[in-house]
Amino acid sequence: MNHFAPPRLSRRAIAVWRRNFLVWRKIAIPSILGNLADPMIYMFGLGYGLGGLLPEALPAFGGGSYIAFLAAGTVCASTMNAASFETLYSAFARMDVQKTWEAIMNGPVALDDVVLGELFWAAAKATLSGVAILIVVALLGLVQSPLALWAIPAIFLTGLAFAAPGLIVTALAPSYDYFMYYFTLFITPMTLLSGVFFPLDQLPAGIQAISQLLPLTHSVALIRPLLFGQIPDAPLLHVAVLAAMALVCFWIALGLTRRRLLS
Amino acid sequence: MAAPLEVRDLRKRYGDREVVAGISFALAKGECFGLLGPNGAGKTTTLRCCLGLVAPDGGSIAMVGEPVPARAREARERVGVVPQFDNLDPDFSAAENLLVFGRYFGLDDITIRARIPGLLEFAGLTSKTGANIRTLSGGMKRRLTLARALINDPDLLVLDEPTTGLDPQARHLIWERLQGLLADGKTILLTTHFMEEAERLCGRLAIMDNGRIIAEGTPQALIAEHIPVSPSPLRPANLEDVFLKLTGRELRD
Repeated sequence: MNHFAPPRLSRRAIAVWRRNFLVWRKIAIPSILGNLADPMIYMFGLGYGLGGLLPEALPAFGGGSYIAFLAAGTVCASTMNAASFETLYSAFARMDVQKTWEAIMNGPVALDDVVLGELFWAAAKATLSGVAILIVVALLGLVQSPLALWAIPAIFLTGLAFAAPGLIVTALAPSYDYFMYYFTLFITPMTLLSGVFFPLDQLPAGIQAISQLLPLTHSVALIRPLLFGQIPDAPLLHVAVLAAMALVCFWIALGLTRRRLLS
Repeated sequence: MAAPLEVRDLRKRYGDREVVAGISFALAKGECFGLLGPNGAGKTTTLRCCLGLVAPDGGSIAMVGEPVPARAREARERVGVVPQFDNLDPDFSAAENLLVFGRYFGLDDITIRARIPGLLEFAGLTSKTGANIRTLSGGMKRRLTLARALINDPDLLVLDEPTTGLDPQARHLIWERLQGLLADGKTILLTTHFMEEAERLCGRLAIMDNGRIIAEGTPQALIAEHIPVSPSPLRPANLEDVFLKLTGRELRD
């Protein structure tokens, strides 16, 4: 059996999504607050602490304050982190520990539907995380125009782009311990090389080239101008990179999960 | 109407080992058919193939008239499954478990909610409707899993060791419920290690060993054929005598 055959998807994926939503609804408020705390601490700590040392309205920060620059990056990084946590720890619990996926597949739901439902669930939860920060940022007066509303679909796309590789890692992971490597080798370096904390042109030219290959760079390039009231440069390129990341990684994740569970 | 399940020359290989080595059997509507065998005989792999969760290497399967694995998703719409290990959703109450599971079948919430009280009563869990799964005993969980398998009013029930790990009281209650389901015309495919369970429930059974069916028939016929004289003067011959004679006494795991 070819595990990497094209996905055969159905509307039953919605039932999988709704299952996760129903669980989340029970703990919605603590979950949102918990997701907000960490990025907020970074944003205020670095934004005011470090930002206070810098002159206002630096051109390198798009002509605004450092905290406004950082806030936009935080929206992206936080979306990435939420999508990663959901598809690593939470999805792994459902797949391996609780055998929830196995139970679902006893009904007329294919593994393809399960993995698709998980992808969209993680993206939705990540969107909530990103949008929650966006709201806080807007309340602080750091958002310049209603163009920022376009950041919401971009946040969702970011969620998909990071949920899909998370599902690959989950499909391969023997245990939770394995996830640490993904964060230390992939997520953390990406956060520092994608223009979240400082402009990319501060990096050496060689590293800048690498940055252009990182999906988070494209998410930041899409979302930060929107929060500053500007139209992003080459938006279609950034959208295409994030969408391609989601599609290709979903396919690989599905193939690896089929190999893990269906043989 | 198509047979609830028809398996022909099913084969499944893992590496060098042929776990299922060409077995054939068919279930008639309304009967309980047992698959017996020591650990590693190939029972669970056979069930997983029948449900379309594992692609066989050879042979053909038709479940509720649908070819498997090609149309496994459609076939499972009319099948209920009780897996070997409990996989109830620990984040939900008993009633929510049934609601969420019904949605996997594409049933709307009104239809499912109408079925939940009857199913919880069937499982003897009416008082546990809102209780978290973590607070239920092993027997309660098994009964809830059985109720969950009935949420789509299936034609065929597939039960993988439904009473393993239960105390005698809980086991007898499950048997009583399964007999009730047979009386209602459901068809059951069952794997078990308990010979008493097989004798009570199964009209016909097959004994598997090393991936093959080595004997098949009614419990009475198998006993008469293989154990003409009871090994003990104190009791009549039973299915356990047949099982041990056919599969040997050495440990399998």
